[in-house]
Amino acid sequence: MSSSYEPVIGLEIHVQLRTRTKMFCGCELSFGDPPNVHCCPVCLGLPGALPVVNAAAVDFAVRIGLALGSEIAPRSLFHRKNYFYPDSPKAYQISQYDVPICSGGCLGDVRIHRVHLEEDAAKLVHIGSSGRIHGSDRSVVDFNRCGTPLVEIVTEPDLRSPEQAHEFLTVLRTTLRQLEVSDVNMEEGSLRCDANVSIRPVGSARLGTKTELKNMNSFRFLQRGIRAEIVRQQELVAAGEPVVQETLHFDPVSERLTSLRSKEEAHDYRYFPEPDLVPLLVTPEMRAAAAERVPELPTDRARRFEAELGLRPGTARDLAFRRELSDYFERAVAADAGATPVEVANWIPQLVERIGSAADPAQSRVGPEALATLAALVAAKRVSRDAGREVLTTLVAEGGDPQAIVEREGLGTLSDDDGDGLAALVDSALAADPDAAAKVAQGNMKAIGPLVGYVMRESKGRADGGEVTRLIRERLAEQV
Amino acid sequence: MLAREDVLHVARLARLGLDEDELERMGSELSAVLDHVERIRELDLDDVEPTSHAVDVAGVMRPDEPAPCLERDVILAAAPEPVDGGFGVPSPGSGGE
Amino acid sequence: MTELTELGAAAAARAIHAREIDAGELFEAYRERAGADELNAFTWVAEGPPPPTDPAAPLAGVPLAVKDLFCTEGIPSQAGSRILEGYRPPYTATVVENLTGAGVTLLGKTNQDEFAMGSSNENSAFGPVLNPWDRGRVPGGSSGGSAAAVAAGLAPWAIGTDTGGSIRQPASLCGVVGVKPTYGACSRWGMIAFASSLDQAGPLARDVTDAALLLSHMVGHDRRDSTSVALPEPITLPTAEDLTGIRLGVPEELLAGGDDGAGIEPGVRESFEATLALAEGLGATIDTCRLPHAPHALSAYYLIAPAEASANLARYDGVRYGLRVGGEEDLATMYTRTRGEGFGAEVKRRIMLGTYALSSGYYDAYYGQALKVRTKIADDFRAAFARFDFIATPTSPWTAFELGSKADDPLAMYLNDFCTVPMPLAGIPALSIPSGCSDGLPVGFQLAGPAFSENPLLQAAHALERAIGFDGSQVRA
Ligand SMILES: [Mg+2]
Ligand SMILES: [Zn+2]
Repeated sequence: MSSSYEPVIGLEIHVQLRTRTKMFCGCELSFGDPPNVHCCPVCLGLPGALPVVNAAAVDFAVRIGLALGSEIAPRSLFHRKNYFYPDSPKAYQISQYDVPICSGGCLGDVRIHRVHLEEDAAKLVHIGSSGRIHGSDRSVVDFNRCGTPLVEIVTEPDLRSPEQAHEFLTVLRTTLRQLEVSDVNMEEGSLRCDANVSIRPVGSARLGTKTELKNMNSFRFLQRGIRAEIVRQQELVAAGEPVVQETLHFDPVSERLTSLRSKEEAHDYRYFPEPDLVPLLVTPEMRAAAAERVPELPTDRARRFEAELGLRPGTARDLAFRRELSDYFERAVAADAGATPVEVANWIPQLVERIGSAADPAQSRVGPEALATLAALVAAKRVSRDAGREVLTTLVAEGGDPQAIVEREGLGTLSDDDGDGLAALVDSALAADPDAAAKVAQGNMKAIGPLVGYVMRESKGRADGGEVTRLIRERLAEQV
Repeated sequence: MLAREDVLHVARLARLGLDEDELERMGSELSAVLDHVERIRELDLDDVEPTSHAVDVAGVMRPDEPAPCLERDVILAAAPEPVDGGFGVPSPGSGGE
Repeated sequence: MTELTELGAAAAARAIHAREIDAGELFEAYRERAGADELNAFTWVAEGPPPPTDPAAPLAGVPLAVKDLFCTEGIPSQAGSRILEGYRPPYTATVVENLTGAGVTLLGKTNQDEFAMGSSNENSAFGPVLNPWDRGRVPGGSSGGSAAAVAAGLAPWAIGTDTGGSIRQPASLCGVVGVKPTYGACSRWGMIAFASSLDQAGPLARDVTDAALLLSHMVGHDRRDSTSVALPEPITLPTAEDLTGIRLGVPEELLAGGDDGAGIEPGVRESFEATLALAEGLGATIDTCRLPHAPHALSAYYLIAPAEASANLARYDGVRYGLRVGGEEDLATMYTRTRGEGFGAEVKRRIMLGTYALSSGYYDAYYGQALKVRTKIADDFRAAFARFDFIATPTSPWTAFELGSKADDPLAMYLNDFCTVPMPLAGIPALSIPSGCSDGLPVGFQLAGPAFSENPLLQAAHALERAIGFDGSQVRA
């Protein structure tokens, strides 16, 4: 396979907004209701019905735009996108065209081309030929979903691998969830992603002919679909055949890509300004109100964790991309119990492991102050790392104050000088394994392991490994 | 003069069935109208803003408040093929949006 | 004509309030006349007495004829089309609700050109409407049923819609008053769309006072129509008897009638000039004015309206309501057969024209350019209204023509609208009043004013109407 070709990937993401009512009518959004019970003249496209823009959908779009650092158009337009299909009751979709509500911006390293508002289509359910005599196969149209507000987010072709696309989508999902504008669930269809894929010689600035992969309905399929398409294009190029511009469907079962239609028979959408709607305005007041609902976003937060709190990039991202973790972490740091942010952060995975990866630590018995205190105790070597883990297990089960648990359970670090027997333990270790003791005494430091292990075992992890090592060497030196 | 293929192409875009007779007439009638309206192409309007709305209204929105829906029985009463609480259609092959 | 039905609408409302006449009897008298309609003006007539109305309501008990394309809950609303034959909508248009709220009773639905596309009412799936002045002639269109019904006294008044002249032109050809308000004054909610950026509802009535009264209860801001606007002041009943200080502009471009044979008929020109002379006598000053782009209005109109219509009428696909032809075979065939057989020739022509004007590669040259012409037309009007209160033209270049005489020449038919299309393109109000007869057929006189000038327009029309003294009672007999 020619590795001198690199993939160029752009994504078009449709996100259902979680408003109460539809984009252009007062029908409530529907989740798993019987078909056609959330319909009115507007979303059924009855003769004489007219759309009116939902203010909440606009607010959500502005929030998204602000979060992505987009230019928010003070005045934007709706257009009609004409196509015949049973899921489109008016035979046009009201969408935005040359003047979208948001332009530009970025998420991480990926530039955003635009974000625009539009309406979702109805749902088609295939029911087979239902015993008709001449009948073609039948489908049933359910208009409950029709008119659900959507934003379409279009990236620039900045992605270079299926993994990066997956990664981008993960960050986007977290961002949107944090903005509280959508459920962003790919399996349920509230997040839908199409990908434009092309390949080009490495180093070339020209874009190759792209294909469009439609409606991949999970994060996994998205990654696999893109990968399959890259391979297909690379094989074409290697065989000296051209890539044809077309729309493809990825079948995750067979891993095959099938063409939906080539560009020759592509729709001529005949966009024109929607005469039933007037220009959409975003006033400074609307912008300010939306800005208030934009929290610090994952990428910014990760950057701050690195720059201000000294976290390693991986740790910073792991925390920042899960809002409940990063919120908890920040509260623990704020408790100022004596541990550094890095020390506090190191305890979060331990906690997550104990409460389950889907749980919110704020809902656990371990308060952020308690975790911070525990981190401080360990950092100060007043509790060994192993004993600290035990304290955490107790905290998760019962809650309470780490200091008190340490005292109650006698989990404090053993040391030489507080008379609680660390020296005696070292002595019995030396006595139990004289061979090892002899080797260490002769300078073979590799042999110290079993001796330290003995003490740790006997002390039930309360001893500090460093301290034990120091004591062993001290004793052997005395013996010489 | 609009060629027959042009007429067919536009009819396909508009999902309009035209019989032979209609096709024939449509070509010449549309051509006559286009000959007339085409004159505006000669006007020099390069710097003119287009007007798609006659009134100067903007920023109209409604609050995100639910309004009553129609009863399903009522909307399906008008349907040519009511099936399973929905609108029956021949299954489209592919090519949805 | 009974005494009851000879009463004008405003007079009938007064008489009902004063208990001089009984609303039930008035409705019955009209129901009988409408039921015996020989003009094919109605597509549906109320089957029995109307639901009771509040006797104190301003229009209590005055029957109203409503153009077919207004949605009326549970009552056929077919827009003159086979594709909507028998369609009974589940909701009612705002304008109709406003009027029934003011006390009117629904007498019937009136025939029209299919989806309001036409100037002769020959494009109805339910057959042509006949002109009560001469049943061999057209009533004009597309609100021909409403105009004919009012002219013939089958209804005291009616509502219609005007996209490029569809109220004013039939009013002119039938000898009644028709008003196209400022775009947005009447809600379009529930009005089956032809061209959304142009469509406006308005009254057709026997005289200016009735028209003003009806209009006053039609208008109003509607949250369900984003393009709806509130008039700065309520519509009041006109009382003016002179035109002192009024400056009338006569646009030479429109009087010249273009170079495609839209030349103004001599009889129409004569009536127009006589009316200008009357206006002068009432104190108006008259001068020619320029609307340089007005001759291009027709072209812009016949691109913009079909373009919007091509999308507005795309919803008639046989899936949710209305006609379906086929459906046993594949989807594409169902679409094309349903639409091919459901739409009439004129509607198909305009859908084709509009689709073409929007299609890839042609948008800028046709539709885009038309939107720019629209800007220039609005600019022209603005400039003219800096010097003049109103623009005056004949409403239609011709009087009512013979049925079938222009049916084979779409372009000739379109030229009917030469003087009426510039106003909706600019969104401004205009009205037509009968200015007399030519060869026994009524002639219409059009006045147009700046946006929201309904009241002064109606005042001027009222003064002129008094001076003209047109008598249409002979066709109501
Ligand atoms: Mg889209
Ligand atoms: Zn709805």
